[in-house]
Amino acid sequence: MSSAQGNETLKQPTRRTWIKWLGTTPLAMLVGCSGKPSAAFSGELLQPDLSVGHRIRDGWKLPQPTGAPSKHAVVIVGGGIAGLSAAWELQRQGIQDVVILEMESTAGGTSRSGKWEASQFPWAAHYVPVPMSFNRDLLELFQEMNIVTDVSADGQVTVAEEHLCREPEERVFHQGRWLEGLYPASIQEIHSTDRQQLEQFQLQMNQWAQRRDEQGRRAFAIPMQLGTDSDPEVIQLDQISMAQWMTDQGYDSEALRWLVDYGCRDDYGLTLEQTSAWAGVFYFASRLSGQANSIAEMESQPVMTWPQGNGKIVQHLSQRFAKQIRTEHAVTKITKQPNGQSMRVTAYDKARDRMVELIADDVVFAAPQFLASRLIDQWQQAGRDATTFQYGGWVVANLLLKARPSESKEDGLAALMAWDNVICHSDSLGYVNASHQSGADHGPTVITWYHPLLKDDPKLSRQTLLQMTWDDWAAIVLADLSRAHPEIETLIQRMDIMRWGHAMIQPRVGFMFGKQRQQAAESLGRIHFAHSDLSGIALMEEAFARGVAAARKCGAS
Amino acid sequence: MINRAPNYLLYLNVLVIATCGLIYELLAGTLASYLLGDSVTQFSLVIGVYLSALGIGSWLSRYVDTGVARTFIEIEIAIALVGGLSAPILFIAFAQIAWFRILLFGMVLLIGILVGLELPLLMRILKENLDFRELVARVLTFDYIGALMASLLFPILLVPHLGLVRTSLLFGLLNAAVGIWGTSLLRPLLSQRSVTGLRTRGFIVVGILVVGFIKADSLTSLSEEVILQKPIVFTQHSPFQRIVVTKDKENFQLYLNGNLQFNSRDEYRYHEALVHPAISSRDQVHDVLVLGGGDGLAVREVLRYPSVKTVTLVDLDPAMTSLAEKFPPLKELNQDSLNDERVTVINQDAFVWATEQQKTFDVAIIDFPDPSSYSVGKLYTTRFFQMLQKVLNDDAVITVQCTSPLVAPQSYWCILNTLSASGFLVQPYQTSVPTFGVWGFAYARYTGTDVSDTRPWQSRRALPDGLRYLDQSTMQTLFQMPADIAPVDVKINRLNDQVLVRYYEQEWGS
Repeated sequence: MSSAQGNETLKQPTRRTWIKWLGTTPLAMLVGCSGKPSAAFSGELLQPDLSVGHRIRDGWKLPQPTGAPSKHAVVIVGGGIAGLSAAWELQRQGIQDVVILEMESTAGGTSRSGKWEASQFPWAAHYVPVPMSFNRDLLELFQEMNIVTDVSADGQVTVAEEHLCREPEERVFHQGRWLEGLYPASIQEIHSTDRQQLEQFQLQMNQWAQRRDEQGRRAFAIPMQLGTDSDPEVIQLDQISMAQWMTDQGYDSEALRWLVDYGCRDDYGLTLEQTSAWAGVFYFASRLSGQANSIAEMESQPVMTWPQGNGKIVQHLSQRFAKQIRTEHAVTKITKQPNGQSMRVTAYDKARDRMVELIADDVVFAAPQFLASRLIDQWQQAGRDATTFQYGGWVVANLLLKARPSESKEDGLAALMAWDNVICHSDSLGYVNASHQSGADHGPTVITWYHPLLKDDPKLSRQTLLQMTWDDWAAIVLADLSRAHPEIETLIQRMDIMRWGHAMIQPRVGFMFGKQRQQAAESLGRIHFAHSDLSGIALMEEAFARGVAAARKCGAS
Repeated sequence: MINRAPNYLLYLNVLVIATCGLIYELLAGTLASYLLGDSVTQFSLVIGVYLSALGIGSWLSRYVDTGVARTFIEIEIAIALVGGLSAPILFIAFAQIAWFRILLFGMVLLIGILVGLELPLLMRILKENLDFRELVARVLTFDYIGALMASLLFPILLVPHLGLVRTSLLFGLLNAAVGIWGTSLLRPLLSQRSVTGLRTRGFIVVGILVVGFIKADSLTSLSEEVILQKPIVFTQHSPFQRIVVTKDKENFQLYLNGNLQFNSRDEYRYHEALVHPAISSRDQVHDVLVLGGGDGLAVREVLRYPSVKTVTLVDLDPAMTSLAEKFPPLKELNQDSLNDERVTVINQDAFVWATEQQKTFDVAIIDFPDPSSYSVGKLYTTRFFQMLQKVLNDDAVITVQCTSPLVAPQSYWCILNTLSASGFLVQPYQTSVPTFGVWGFAYARYTGTDVSDTRPWQSRRALPDGLRYLDQSTMQTLFQMPADIAPVDVKINRLNDQVLVRYYEQEWGS
């Protein structure tokens, strides 16, 4: 499990008692009335380790490097999915002399995972839709992992059954009941507005999925670089918000707008009003094959998931690159060597409290743009700017439950914890059941609760994020979950809470086809950029594609 | 002063007391025979203990010197509490404690003593106002009328409509009402202080019984009893399911989450058909796996073969297997199979168990509940059947209960197609079980590496002794599928797309 080691000033593990809750949360009192004594639980407040960066920002003088610099073909800055994918592609090209510098104690970035006895669990990213056949690189990775078992000549992708999210996949808590699926309205009645608009919306998304530009590219593809960048109708979507687009199209069904808003918050950490309509449509259209002839056939790509979420991919890659990954190495500077032929990367080795230097023919910068300006010498000289790159703050809580909450028979088939359990009209995104994929439907489990911070200014969100204590967040988590599971508090044994200050890039209005994003992806001499923020959407597939693309640029210059 | 109260009220009092007393006795007797079996012995013992306790009570009444009226009302309230709670307490205790008989007869004794105290005390109270000859004649008359009413009401009205638990609580309330009423009737014989004290206690007991009445739903819901139309003799809400046992005449029935699992009257037809086609089709069977089937009835059939060396039973719910090991009627029915030394009971979700299992088996008997939820539906998926192959020896055979092919053809054929798609060689077969109707099974062979071996089902050994339904020729007929059970076009049940659960809901749902 990743914790903020070596970061004592910011790590605030707190404990609390049950008595204290009685004073702070009215909901807890209701729970107390049910008669079961509640066991006090505790947990840790975690966050990614940015201590070195913050110390440098606050004027800390770094020690002098000792010893001669080591030489490498490629140095990868950042051990998230983008960095690990770059290493994967470099290895495919036969480039072995690669070092990955990771600031934290484990690789993985937002795809990292943790493990308790009941189950492994994700700390953020937790699923990947089955890639379509044109996403060849990613399919190769999944084939190597024995997840994808076959890609047929006609483009049929076969995934081993145990990796596909098992049913029940999702359910939504609406008006005191759990409903199957994610739509918080009855769709039994064919003539209801909610149903008709949903059908109309699906048909429209299917049309977007079928649309091709003059070069034969999809309007919305995963990875997004494979989609069109020239179709004016597609590009124009980026000029308005998804809320505006829906209004323009006449979608006023509350249930439908909630569903799309949920999708935006889920994938981008943005509300309907904040999300670029391009990204809003992308969320749905990129996952439809477009081959369906009727609504009945229309199905999004199935979802692949694992108890540890995308930590499954991190584990695979970091095992393979165990020798190349150097954890607790915070890069402090990237400069061009005087000869102009190679790069010098300086990093602080936290474990040994010393500076190290590496000389590399190429650097893959697999970290977010907001770090590029601070770490790369030439960056500002090159006239680059990343002010439109905005990153959302998230809170992710992992809860160890000693048993599942009770279910009401009235809810029929939805009366069973699904993989994704969404609470309608909540600020949170609900929770994902980590042990779902193991097949267990009873007994202890870990649930992962997600909550994006939605303020218009992400800096304000980050302030809120940092000001609040474990107790504050625990109270919010509890109040939220208690709406659907009144007795949840009696079941919680531990709650660890991760604060992600810069969890994911946000595709706000105008960002996708703005100048900054396009420029950011271009190499700066021998520095090649690789991060999901270059795609504007924080998907594993995007991070992977960016990593692979950056790796392919190495050795070329 | 007491004679101001109309006489008929006093006799009504006697009537109620007598009815309640007999009801408690009948409740204890019924519960004992339901739970412990052998109704003649149980009723005989309960009646014996109860009558002798009445005697003890009557004898003890001589030690009540002063405050006879107060003592009488106190006893009323005590009976209300103990008698009213007797059935719920015995009901809950049965699943929890090993010394159930001691508790049962202890309660019968206590109630008997208290009831035995009632009439002598009441007669002493009334003797001031009535001629002794008249008193004895009337009180005893009403006592026996009460007994008659109880014995008529109990089987005709109370057990079928209220169930045992609510009957007990209802008569407790009646007893308490008599007690509280008594504080008015006997007001001149009581001090102000004792009236207040008695009423307070009376109302507390009423409160307890009312709460019990409301909570009784969690024990046996009224609707459940109405739906099942049979007296419920055992319920348990395990973390996994609701287990209910009902009883009618000579037979009992097991329900899980409201779905009938078996009726002791004809379960042998089902279990013989489930087990013997599998085991008899192999020359040698040493290790047998039973999945689901926590009732121990399939295991009973497996154990009939002396060549079987081990039986591994995997059932999710420890409450279910423990019921099969301890609940006397079930233990008798399964011939104590789960306590056989060849049997190992594992309480785990079979899906999770299969991912971790190392041992391999010659035969697997799959007796899961019908796929009415996703948590059961996963046990009928290609993924599960493929995991199952990993614990089977080459040329292993399995049989699977597959719901009714007549009521739910899509569900039935979906399970068979899913087995085929998972690499099994599958044959449908069916039998008829009066309680269930036509019931469907799958016989499937895992040929392992030898895919050319496509021999159909064939009996290869003699059937064991003790079967009530199957012989060799009957077993052959199970594999003849009638025309109204023809295959239908259905999809395969996969972990990520559990069509079976939806077929099942459509076909069995209302």
